[in-house]
Amino acid sequence: MMRHVVLAFIPLALLAALLVLIVRWGPAEAVRGEDYPPVERLTFQRLTLEPGSIVVNVLNDGPDELSIAQVQVDDAFWTFTADNGVVLDHLGRTTLHIPYPWVEGEAHVVRVLTSTGTAFEHEIAVAVSTPTPNARFLGVFTLIGLYIGVIPVLIGLLWFPFLKRLPAPAMAFLMALTVGLLAFLLVDGTSEGLESAELLPESFQGVVLFGSAAAGAYLLLEGVGAWLRSRRSSAAEGRHGWVLALLIAVGIGLHNFGEGLAVGSAFALGEAALGTLLIVGFTLHNTTEGLAIVAPLAREGQRVSVADLAKLGLIGGVPTIAGAWLGGFVYSPVWSVLFLAVGVGAIAQVIVQIVRHMAREGSVARMMATVPVLAGLFAGFAVMYVTGMLVG
Amino acid sequence: MAGQARQGDGVAHHPAHDSHVMGTVGRVAPDRFNPATFLTTWNFSDLAPDERQKYYQETPRPDGTFLREYDIFAADREIEIAPGLFFPAWTYNGQVPGPTIRATEGDRVRVSFRNLGSHPHSMHFHGWHPPQMDGALAGQEVQPGETFVYEFDADPFGLHLYHCHTVPLKRHIHKGLYGTFIVDPRSSTGSRPPADEFVMVMNAFDTTFDAENEVYAVNTVANAYVHEPIRVTVGKLVRIYLVNVTEFDPVNSLHLHGMFFDVYRTGTSLTPGEKTDTILLCQGERAILETTFRYPGDFMFHAHQSEFAELGWMGLFRAEAPLT
Repeated sequence: MMRHVVLAFIPLALLAALLVLIVRWGPAEAVRGEDYPPVERLTFQRLTLEPGSIVVNVLNDGPDELSIAQVQVDDAFWTFTADNGVVLDHLGRTTLHIPYPWVEGEAHVVRVLTSTGTAFEHEIAVAVSTPTPNARFLGVFTLIGLYIGVIPVLIGLLWFPFLKRLPAPAMAFLMALTVGLLAFLLVDGTSEGLESAELLPESFQGVVLFGSAAAGAYLLLEGVGAWLRSRRSSAAEGRHGWVLALLIAVGIGLHNFGEGLAVGSAFALGEAALGTLLIVGFTLHNTTEGLAIVAPLAREGQRVSVADLAKLGLIGGVPTIAGAWLGGFVYSPVWSVLFLAVGVGAIAQVIVQIVRHMAREGSVARMMATVPVLAGLFAGFAVMYVTGMLVG
Repeated sequence: MAGQARQGDGVAHHPAHDSHVMGTVGRVAPDRFNPATFLTTWNFSDLAPDERQKYYQETPRPDGTFLREYDIFAADREIEIAPGLFFPAWTYNGQVPGPTIRATEGDRVRVSFRNLGSHPHSMHFHGWHPPQMDGALAGQEVQPGETFVYEFDADPFGLHLYHCHTVPLKRHIHKGLYGTFIVDPRSSTGSRPPADEFVMVMNAFDTTFDAENEVYAVNTVANAYVHEPIRVTVGKLVRIYLVNVTEFDPVNSLHLHGMFFDVYRTGTSLTPGEKTDTILLCQGERAILETTFRYPGDFMFHAHQSEFAELGWMGLFRAEAPLT
């Protein structure tokens, strides 16, 4: 037994020895030579606008040490203080306080110059005071979350009584519509997530992070779904629709969390003053999510209490509020990527669930190749696309 | 070496402040290049005599003129252009701007130019000279490790400059290969009255190599004369030798607060051409400015292109009452 364990440690010991060798003799240094310029990368993690001052959190994303020499705001050298010094190791971060009289509603450019004269820029497209976590802003973010998340989803649920009376082909259309809606969210979330992943410091390997988190969420929900079904099957036979609706609500909730994060962080990065049109867009867009949640219930022709409907709506909508809080107050791009990924994984899982549900025991391909289903898929995607235009 | 300097400077001292403060943070290391000394140095006058004669020798000639011999070398060197901010410069004698060369009209100037840099370089003087001494024509580059002797008579009197004329020209100039060449009028022509004299070279640095300057200055170091104002005396004539070698931007300018000055464009006349408080110079253009401070106190001077001013091209004169 002991000998067996030792066998596992031999490669590890050799690896440790190799690492020591590499650090000691630095073959990389030999390749680069003495005068080779250092590789410098600096990323802006968070930018806060306070009255008469810009606060910037930066991270050294490069492999080498980096030293911040000067700061320019709008093409002018400006004084600054650094909380954590100006010499940053690999992944070292510091906060720069720049006493700059920024102008509400106008654009500014913050540029950090390193000792080698390399410049790293961050543009503030529209300067607005960054909210601090006080009661007023908690209230504002809650309201935004209600507007764009909770209320629209609940309104969408109100289609339930209407849906229940629909004939079978119309139901097939409707389920396909749901899949179309979700497919749109899948593409949308993936593109947003990958976009955010690009903004991450390279060391965080944003795309890999996104992929793993999405896959993780998918598998987790798959497990949860199986567990729910096994519990329900004994208690209430035929409540398959309820489980599916619940899963869709969870998936949409996770997606909306990411959406809330995006809206909140737009505030945090000083990049957007949230316009009325944007809120209107999100509201219309998210109403269709409510429809997606109740469609499987209607298909099963189940009786669902108002309380149960409300529960589903809250599961789908409330995370928007939490997302907006998190995004607004403790935003970091890593969170954004992670949550968008979780949303994508969840939605992918929900799509698979619905398709399985629609096909019952039959062939998925044959089920898809019917007029109501194809029309539904297209319609779902189109509805999201058109309402999405208001947001984009 | 450079790494140590980097750690030590511009890092340690970040002054506390309550109000909005425009400008650079910290101070440059004064031992590398001192903008205050540069202002009043020509023909290596800042060096001790035995050190100075390695770079400059003057020999009287029978006709009353001088033979002035200079040792100038090109060298790659990292220079500090703002506190903690380093630029991989190409320099004459390790400094940017290069050493100021000053002769009298009719003197013989002999410059032994050694290229210790990593690229071909040259010295191209403004002023009368035969084409063999131009330094700009094909084949006139001095290869690394080689030496060339430029020899010509100082003519005409005025304020001139010298710079590298090797292609690519923009790069060789903005990397730092330029300097001031002053030719004083000979006594038979007339003379300029005694004054406190200052050499000011308006220059800029493109640290990101995107053909746009990140740092502007007079005499290389951004805001140097804000932190250490130039001392002048009330009632005493002040003469400024102003040269513009700013690359990429077509023009640069100097504006002096609370005063006016006489302008001698290119310094080729002893009669002022205009009286103004703002002078515009194109790339390579220069002018001698004369004025007398009327009041004690601080007088700001800067490029009247606000952008240049805020990117480092700003300084102060501090006028003090004369000692009685």
